[in-house]
Amino acid sequence: MSSTTATSGSATAAGRAQIAARTLRTDRWWLPPLLNIVGLGAWVVYATVRAFMQNWYFVPEYNYLTPFYSPCVSNGCVEQAAHFGRFLPDVWWLPYAAISLPFLLLFRLTCYYYRKAYYRAFWASPPACAVAEPHKKYTGETRFPLLFQNLHRYFFYIAALISLVNTYDAVQSFIKADGGFGLGLGNIILVANVVLLWLYTASCHSCRSIIGGRLNHFSKHPVRYRAWTQVTKLNGKHMQLAWATLASLAITDAYIMAVSAGWISDLRIVG
Amino acid sequence: MSHWQHFRVWRGDSEKGELVDYPAEVNEGEVVLDIIHRLQQTEAQDLAVRWNCKAGKCGSCSVEINGKPRLACMTRMSTFDDDEVVTVTPMRTFPVIRDLVTDVSFNYTKAREVPAFAPPAGVAPGEYRMQQVDVERSQEFRKCIECYLCQNTCHVVRDHEENKQNFAGPRYLMRIAELDMHPLDTADRQVAAQEEHGLGYCNITKCCTEVCPEHIKITDNALIPLKERVVDRKYDPVVWLGNKLFRRN
Amino acid sequence: MPDNDMSAENVETYEYDVVVIGAGGAGLRAAIEARMQGKRTAIISKSLFGKAHTVMAEGGCAASMGNANPNDNWQVHYRDTMRGGKFLNNWRMAELHAKEAPDRVWELETYGALFDRTPDGKISQRNFGGHTYPRLAHVGDRTGLELIRTLQQKIVSLQQDDFKETGDYESHIRVFHECTITELFTTGGAISGCFGYFRNTGSFVRFDTAAIVMATGGVGKSYQVTSNSWEYTGDGHALALRAGATLINMEFLQFHPTGMVWPPSVKGILVTESVRGDGGVLRNSEGKRFMFEYVPDVFKEQYATSEEEGDRWYTDPDNNRRPPELLPRDEVARAINSEVKAGRGSPHGGVFLDIASRKTPEEILKRLPSMYHQFKELADVDITKEPMEVGPTCHYVMGGIEVEPDTGMATVPGLFAAGECSGGMHGSNRLGGNSLSDLLVFGRRCGLSAAEYVDSLGTRPQVTADDLNAAVERALLPFSSATDGGENPFVVHLELQKTMHELVGIIRKEDEMEMALKKLQDIATRTRTVSVEGHREFNPGWHLALDLRNMLLVSLCVAKAALERQESRGGHTRDDFPVMDSGWRHVLLVCSALGEDNVELTRKEQIPMRPELFDLFELDELKKYYTGEELGGHRAGGADS
Repeated sequence: MSSTTATSGSATAAGRAQIAARTLRTDRWWLPPLLNIVGLGAWVVYATVRAFMQNWYFVPEYNYLTPFYSPCVSNGCVEQAAHFGRFLPDVWWLPYAAISLPFLLLFRLTCYYYRKAYYRAFWASPPACAVAEPHKKYTGETRFPLLFQNLHRYFFYIAALISLVNTYDAVQSFIKADGGFGLGLGNIILVANVVLLWLYTASCHSCRSIIGGRLNHFSKHPVRYRAWTQVTKLNGKHMQLAWATLASLAITDAYIMAVSAGWISDLRIVG
Repeated sequence: MSHWQHFRVWRGDSEKGELVDYPAEVNEGEVVLDIIHRLQQTEAQDLAVRWNCKAGKCGSCSVEINGKPRLACMTRMSTFDDDEVVTVTPMRTFPVIRDLVTDVSFNYTKAREVPAFAPPAGVAPGEYRMQQVDVERSQEFRKCIECYLCQNTCHVVRDHEENKQNFAGPRYLMRIAELDMHPLDTADRQVAAQEEHGLGYCNITKCCTEVCPEHIKITDNALIPLKERVVDRKYDPVVWLGNKLFRRN
Repeated sequence: MPDNDMSAENVETYEYDVVVIGAGGAGLRAAIEARMQGKRTAIISKSLFGKAHTVMAEGGCAASMGNANPNDNWQVHYRDTMRGGKFLNNWRMAELHAKEAPDRVWELETYGALFDRTPDGKISQRNFGGHTYPRLAHVGDRTGLELIRTLQQKIVSLQQDDFKETGDYESHIRVFHECTITELFTTGGAISGCFGYFRNTGSFVRFDTAAIVMATGGVGKSYQVTSNSWEYTGDGHALALRAGATLINMEFLQFHPTGMVWPPSVKGILVTESVRGDGGVLRNSEGKRFMFEYVPDVFKEQYATSEEEGDRWYTDPDNNRRPPELLPRDEVARAINSEVKAGRGSPHGGVFLDIASRKTPEEILKRLPSMYHQFKELADVDITKEPMEVGPTCHYVMGGIEVEPDTGMATVPGLFAAGECSGGMHGSNRLGGNSLSDLLVFGRRCGLSAAEYVDSLGTRPQVTADDLNAAVERALLPFSSATDGGENPFVVHLELQKTMHELVGIIRKEDEMEMALKKLQDIATRTRTVSVEGHREFNPGWHLALDLRNMLLVSLCVAKAALERQESRGGHTRDDFPVMDSGWRHVLLVCSALGEDNVELTRKEQIPMRPELFDLFELDELKKYYTGEELGGHRAGGADS
């Protein structure tokens, strides 16, 4: 032995090895939480701005409605965009899609993947594996408000309904204002976004449980077992789909905003 | 094909301790445990380390290497640069006995709190019939070698000693999931998972899965499905109503 | 402790009805049985509870349940076992084993075990070397882990029952883990207790008990290249010897044909036989499947003579003979040894085991997940793409404590032995898969007979103070001034391993073994005076210093018995006596201790097989093993031929 380094610091709990350092990890463990903060933060800022903008959400000519304003049910909505009627008051603090946005937010907020991401990134609980968290007490999801994470499956049911609405919007967008068939880059983006939304929704852990995970005898339910194996495969990609849908939502919205605002014109393929 | 590498090993007991520097000879193909053994045979005859099979099958040599919970026998030296300092410390969550050896009795206590397999009544030994697809999920969990790296990494107890009382830890929550998914187990385990074994403490940050040397998907395949089964029982009025109407269990 | 004269040493004392030493499969099964008989039982384990070497067993547990092939039954299993052991087995043990193994496996399912399944929901069974039919219950290639975990969980379950009754989990069964036993006590020739130390504190402990079940496993740590873990230092063998019991068949060591040969740090670690059972083949550096050249005469009729026939067997076993890669382990190990010696070995001194060219990556991952894992992580070899390099490794000792077959009791009253540390069951060579079933069958029997033995006693023998003091003194010897200037135990251990590996290894010669015995004399002196530094808490040097004398005593038995047996049979191969000699078949070599570091060897006749068991074999087969006059009792009237 050549030299020694003293590390005995403040006594830790119950006879544990006294190692003062918060972590001895030598890799860049802080990078993933940092990227999450940047990524999620930027998206939330963008989404908030857009939700309250109440402008540039619809391209009447091609029937493009951004998912951020779907279903458009405020009295402020342009009539063509309001596929499901107009009944919410038109006030500045109420987004036009106020009946869907909160549930989509809650669906993602209670999602098992996002929970991991934000508990780690925003709450540092823990910031990374084997890195001490800064909090004195921890009760996890045992009590209010985090006990409500258990409601994930209701938001899953609602999110599935909203995905139907988004699908309807995507189909509608093939019918131009003049009633003829049209196909542009906007359609492709809207369809791609809807496909990703369905994949993300189907890959949900609650969905996996409902579809078959709660069974103890797969052999007696061959159809549900097959569905479960498919959902299980998707479930393995839940994180990737969570990020892919954030990106596709933002891209879809930004594209429609840009076309609607007249910054760019839609790239038309048919009509 | 050998070189010298700078090792730092934590030496001490529950009273005090420190990182001690050792230069160590490293040969091609060796793992961290080989180096610890070489130190024992040369400079530190009384360096305490727990080990057994040396093939990643028994789960005895759990330590933390450069801050990461790992099996010393499965950590190849070739994963480090030749000039990198390799720091080996005992698992932090459990009381230390000496050097790299910790007192893991917490885990045995928790193991005893999980009710055992409840065999079906009236089925004689030899008459058990189970389909492969029905046992596969539980078989994944039975790959567990009980190295306790997940228990050590889980921040619920790693950072909060006081939670040890109420929280079984990933390994034993997975054991509950294993039995709950067992096609012939007759016990009711879901409510107890939440109320007695502390499933709610888990915030699914997945460190247990990250450190598992057997690559068991603890969070996705055991803990989350168990949480969902608890929701079925405790928090889902639709399921509750369905069970009432159709008199299912 | 009032009855402890060494006032400086505090010795914790416990009293139990039955003490089981060893917490592998045999020990745990024995403890379960003793507890179910209502006996207060202690389990003593050198490592943590659940870490025993049984976890290393990969392939499966042999039991003739007939799930995969309905033609299987105990008689076929019995014949395979006797054949594998070259008819030197204790036939009564082989009979009990073959008859009871299915029940022991089925019982595990009631404890919660989850074996792989057949399409109709029964326990799936796989092929293995030397077994006529697919017979091994398995879980992928981690069957040993399943077994140990199941038994461990059964013990926890019993403790939970006791808790409900008494409020104390440990009222009837308690595990003392990380505890090493260094001495057995006998009083008036019968077991009265045992003595040892806790590894973590170094403090001493004594158990007063009338019945001890030995289940300490094997002796592989006396060899340089072994699949065995540090625990396998022959403790049970040596403790029993020193307590006055005898060992038999110690010359028979099984060198598993396929151990890893590279990298050096994992040399010896097992590559499961299932690789071959599932289609893997052995090739030399010329790419040749050399095993076809090594089928011995006694097996000529059961094994394929062409690669085509061998390959057909995997899908149509009823109409083809099995490939020679599935010969018993001793034959395959010797063949690999010969190929390497002839210069046709692989770069790191083994041969190639190829599954990559025979199965799809998906099949390999499904059937051999932990092998894939082991090679990927330890050797950076992808077995779905490249062949493995393998060579023989010291794996199992057929020899062990001489026991009465039905009860498992040794020659010392109150001492029982089960599993690898007992001797006789496997004869000169063990078939793969027979060890897991062995430890279940005889673990249970030992637990049962230990309980009966305790019940039969009037008064229990008491440990004497002198014996206790002597045990304390011996355990502390490496710290005392008497060993000042003594050697580092690690150095002596390496010397012992080298001696046994080079001079009493897989191929043996008279002059080499004589040299080995001389060297062992020298090592004995050095073992007495090894010196350790530091404290008693978790001190690996001290632990090794005490284990060393066990390894030495066992090595002496192996070397002496190997020198004495002038033939080649099963796990004993003599370069100077290369053939099996019927005159030796019925001879058992029995070892007993003369003090701490010397042994005495005597010969004993094997009891002839019961006639109805004898008649299970065809006369033509028996002729290969038996002398003419021994065949007289056969139904076919063998004496005339």
